[in-house]
Amino acid sequence: MAERSFAKEVEKLRLGAGEEFAGEGILAITKALLQCGVGYVGGYQGAPISHLMDVLADAQDILGELGVHFEASASEATATAMLAASVHYPIRGAATFKSTVGTNVASDALANLASGGVTGGALIIVGEDYGEGSSIMQERSHAFAMKSQVWLLDPRPNLPSIVKAVEDGFELSEASNTPVMLQVRIRCCHVHGHFTAKDNKRPPMSVADALSAPRRDTGRIVLPPASFLHEKEKVAKRWPAAVDFIKSRKINEMFGPDHGSVGIVMQGGMYNSVIRALQRLGLADTYGDTDVPLYVLNAVYPLVDDEFLAFCEDKQAVLVVEEGQPNYIEQAFAAMLHKAGRGTKLVGKEHLPMAGEYTGQVMLDGIGSFLRANAPHLLPGDVRAPNKTGEGVDTADLINVVPGRPPGFCVGCPERPIFAATKLVEQELGKHHIASDIGCHLFSIMPPFELGATTMGYGLGPASASAFNSPDAKRRSISFVGDGGFWHNGLTSSIGNAVFNRNDGVIVIVDNFYSAATGGQDILSSRANNRTKSTKHPIDEAVKGMGVKWLRHIDRTYDVGKMRAALRDALTTEEKGPKVIVASSECMLNRQRREKPLVDKAIKGGERVVKPKFGVDEDICTGDHACMRLSGCPSLSVKSLDDPLRDDPVASIDQNCVGCGNCGEVADAAVLCPSFYRADVVHNPGRWDRFLESARRAVIGLLQRRRESRRLMFADA
Amino acid sequence: MLDPTAALRPKAGASDDERVIKLAVLAVGGQGGGVLADWITDVAERNGYIAQSTSVAGVAQRTGATIYYIEMARDTGRLPVFALSPSQGDVDILIAAELMEAGRAIIRGFVTPERTTLITSSHRIAAVSEKIEPGDGRASSEKVHATAEAAAKRFIAFDMEKIAAENGTMISASLLGALAGSDALPFTRESYEQAIGAGGRGVEASLAAFGAACDRACGIAAAPTSEKAAKPAAAEPKPTAKVSGPETLLKGWQQLAARVAALPQPLRDMAERGLKKVVDYQDIAYGGEYLDRLDKAVALDDAERGYALSMAAAKHLANAMCYDDMIRVADLKTRSTRDRRVRKEVGVKEGSVLQVTEYFHPRIEEFCGTLPAGLGSYIESRPKLAAFLDRRINRGRHIRTDSFTGFAMLWFIGGLRRWRRRLLRHKVELEHLERWYGLALSHARQDYALGTEILNCRRLIKGYSDTHARAQSKFDRVLSALPMLKGREDAADWIRRLREAALKDEKGDMLDGALKTVATLGDSPVQ
Repeated sequence: MAERSFAKEVEKLRLGAGEEFAGEGILAITKALLQCGVGYVGGYQGAPISHLMDVLADAQDILGELGVHFEASASEATATAMLAASVHYPIRGAATFKSTVGTNVASDALANLASGGVTGGALIIVGEDYGEGSSIMQERSHAFAMKSQVWLLDPRPNLPSIVKAVEDGFELSEASNTPVMLQVRIRCCHVHGHFTAKDNKRPPMSVADALSAPRRDTGRIVLPPASFLHEKEKVAKRWPAAVDFIKSRKINEMFGPDHGSVGIVMQGGMYNSVIRALQRLGLADTYGDTDVPLYVLNAVYPLVDDEFLAFCEDKQAVLVVEEGQPNYIEQAFAAMLHKAGRGTKLVGKEHLPMAGEYTGQVMLDGIGSFLRANAPHLLPGDVRAPNKTGEGVDTADLINVVPGRPPGFCVGCPERPIFAATKLVEQELGKHHIASDIGCHLFSIMPPFELGATTMGYGLGPASASAFNSPDAKRRSISFVGDGGFWHNGLTSSIGNAVFNRNDGVIVIVDNFYSAATGGQDILSSRANNRTKSTKHPIDEAVKGMGVKWLRHIDRTYDVGKMRAALRDALTTEEKGPKVIVASSECMLNRQRREKPLVDKAIKGGERVVKPKFGVDEDICTGDHACMRLSGCPSLSVKSLDDPLRDDPVASIDQNCVGCGNCGEVADAAVLCPSFYRADVVHNPGRWDRFLESARRAVIGLLQRRRESRRLMFADA
Repeated sequence: MLDPTAALRPKAGASDDERVIKLAVLAVGGQGGGVLADWITDVAERNGYIAQSTSVAGVAQRTGATIYYIEMARDTGRLPVFALSPSQGDVDILIAAELMEAGRAIIRGFVTPERTTLITSSHRIAAVSEKIEPGDGRASSEKVHATAEAAAKRFIAFDMEKIAAENGTMISASLLGALAGSDALPFTRESYEQAIGAGGRGVEASLAAFGAACDRACGIAAAPTSEKAAKPAAAEPKPTAKVSGPETLLKGWQQLAARVAALPQPLRDMAERGLKKVVDYQDIAYGGEYLDRLDKAVALDDAERGYALSMAAAKHLANAMCYDDMIRVADLKTRSTRDRRVRKEVGVKEGSVLQVTEYFHPRIEEFCGTLPAGLGSYIESRPKLAAFLDRRINRGRHIRTDSFTGFAMLWFIGGLRRWRRRLLRHKVELEHLERWYGLALSHARQDYALGTEILNCRRLIKGYSDTHARAQSKFDRVLSALPMLKGREDAADWIRRLREAALKDEKGDMLDGALKTVATLGDSPVQ
């Protein structure tokens, strides 16, 4: 069960020939896979391709009808290894993941797959998480394509183009016996648009068919001598076949006039931004009709020499628009021109920045600068010699005012109390080296917790603390890993490694029942009933099975005191070997999504329901904000009192509070202050509730009246 | 850099029909920006436009700042080429779902005076960095308002979160209403309402919030520039509070009130508030003590200096005299007014039952503080005994104040008020108060401003237990600079700076840095 339900979107996958599909880019790709007669699909969730996985997970019925096998793979390596089904069998298969992080994990399988080659079309859809909004290191998938010699498509970012790229990708793969990577950028994945659908196709050969008629060919297996032949085959047969396909099928596109003194070459994904810059320079209209010759590389690897050289034929200067670095494409084109003895000037990173996203302004500046230098006659006068219009507003002051707003833990997040406890235990025992991992829990590195020194990859938190294991050490390392990372890679690379190497550190496994950061997909230890997957495999059991002797399980992370005690024990115990704490509580975002409709329905249906919420007594709160330094919860904030006697704003809890309990527990564990209260509202109280309530209120009212009749009462006090 | 304000220069022959409208939404993750983007796209398509929306989902949406971007153009039968992200100086409509996000939009260059309609909700969602300062770390809303007025072609700001909450829905509905009301898009109000209706969920509430925000925005759009940014009206001075109670007490109160009325006019409001606070905290006699102390400051004061010293005294004396002890907490938690306030805040409906749990964590310090001074200090001076008792006392206690026993227990503790003057905590607090107040007044005689600043340092003392101890230490550290500042004309300034530094972080690292600077001051000649 994922954070978002795609029950409605799934119906779009049933659209037939001629009908119009409207929706997100990533859904269009999903539909395109079915239209191409894909036989199996696997992948690992992660922005920006999570929705592809979620849609397929919600579309099991449709996939079943078509005989398509879908798998939520254990990792990107698993997903890519799955494509082995296309090695001997003419079955089309697809794998999808976030890149470059997923491609890193997948590269072992990818290299093996690429060496032996494929019979059925093998498509790897990588969601390029680059630029604004990205959550990972800024690298390029391009390098992976080059090193393993798999082909890389980078289509123009609109729905018809990416759907066509899926179709082209399968055919290209089959024509050249090579896996193909289809790269879609983060915004393209989430772009809303339209395309005309085709009928879904049943795979001509299903995985079931293949199983009943197994095939093998030693020549496809990566072992000498075949592996040496593979290398030669890649350049002698597969590369030329790919180039032929790209050329004959006109995968790359030309726009603008046939001739001109300058031209622009770009990755397909850059097309819209290039057009926008040309529009703003007065050189293109709304529909992309332009005065500048454009050569759009929907296939960025391999490059087609004669296509490019032909484009350069009459040009004095050509600009390469290639986002990210190193500038592989520019280098390759420069070599082509040089070897062909051409005089065309090739420029790229001179006008555009070497590193960083090519935003609208960067593109406008870069293309403007290129044209001013090489074809000023094309430009309108005011662009050639710009007179800055308007004063522009001075924002220097504002920069110091507007606070940064990095992502953080959600309202009621069960991971917050884990880090509150860690902060408290550090107050007792001093600072420790803390290794973080990938997942929501990585938000611990930001205020207010500021815990964690490194992050080295999914499931590698404890592994990244493995050097800190010394008999001379006075303090232990603490490392974190999430349940997602644990099952992805952590069980062996982190836990197994710590057991084997007798690491003395403390490992906290943050178990929130889902792969939460990627959108709440189920994993092995999820507690939910999943119709098609096997869940409810406890992390404890796996850890014990790995040989961990010191293990504590906290089954309610909101118990900050208990969490702190477990950490304290783990950091101070005499016992040797890894100390593992499994801290479990359900991801609040997913829990709310699951429970809220049920609770609302129960209340409407007249059932007795207790709903908790926290509050702050503002006259008891002194406004020191110690609670917020141990929380950071979005619903716990500051507010000004209408009281000139009070200088500082006090704590206040808004309506989004889900009553998780962290505020009260932290106030208790850290001995903060008594201003928090929990208010449980009993909806549809039973007879006993009502009786008790009226009896209590009678007595309490009596006591209150007694005291209040003997003192001065101020109306607004 | 090329002029970022370069708008779309239509190629020769392009008509206005082909113009691309660019709209960006800046929101905080969890505000429902995706719903808003879907609605806007739907409205555009209903009106014969081709629209494209994009967003960046993923972890950015976990309470971080996010962007949604929409481009649209009239459907002429050809597919326009739309950009996938907003560019500096190339945005027609900017919707910010929170005030600082509007500020961020301006910083990022998405708001230009020539073309951008800036629609923002004026409410604030404090960022973590704003909340964790021990003082007031909140960003200045005024600055954003002022810059926005200058940066945008049209600026529409009001509290859209409030409108949404009042109608039981999310801010996306009121933002859409403001967009419709601004008339920045060439679409009718009905088509917006149809888009909401097609959404299917919570339609009624969404429509109500949409309507209210639309009307409000219409009004602002029509109003002259100066009224465009509706700012909250300045707080009106409250009329003197109503007092009720037994006759004898009322008589006592009136005598105190008469003393306040005799104070210089500018001081009266603050003094009355302070008086009310201490009388409410303890009793009429305590109020008398408050005014006696205040009189000492007033005696040193005069109108020429704006009564700054007495104002500070009136404010901080009240806070110092109303220290937060167990009795006060228990008293406040058992009042009928508190019960009513909780019910209102939580929104308890007729027929529902409210249960309230309080979180206490008493330690030996609080226990001793509530004992008679002699007994309390006896225990405190014997560490073994104190530790023994602490082991029995020091743990979290969750007390239900809606139950008989829980309420009765707190009610009893609250009733200890009448013996408060004899308790250890009172003795300690009063000694501290007298030391501080005496110090301030003695300095005030030579250096009026310095005396005032010493009074203001009382602001540092707040919190309970460890937090309180840390606060006390900061207070002491700030005042430890007094000998170093002796005779300096800018002594008051330095004390103020030190105090501000102390409010910046939890441990007082900034303060320690500032103190080091003060220590070096002696080296330079006194100005």
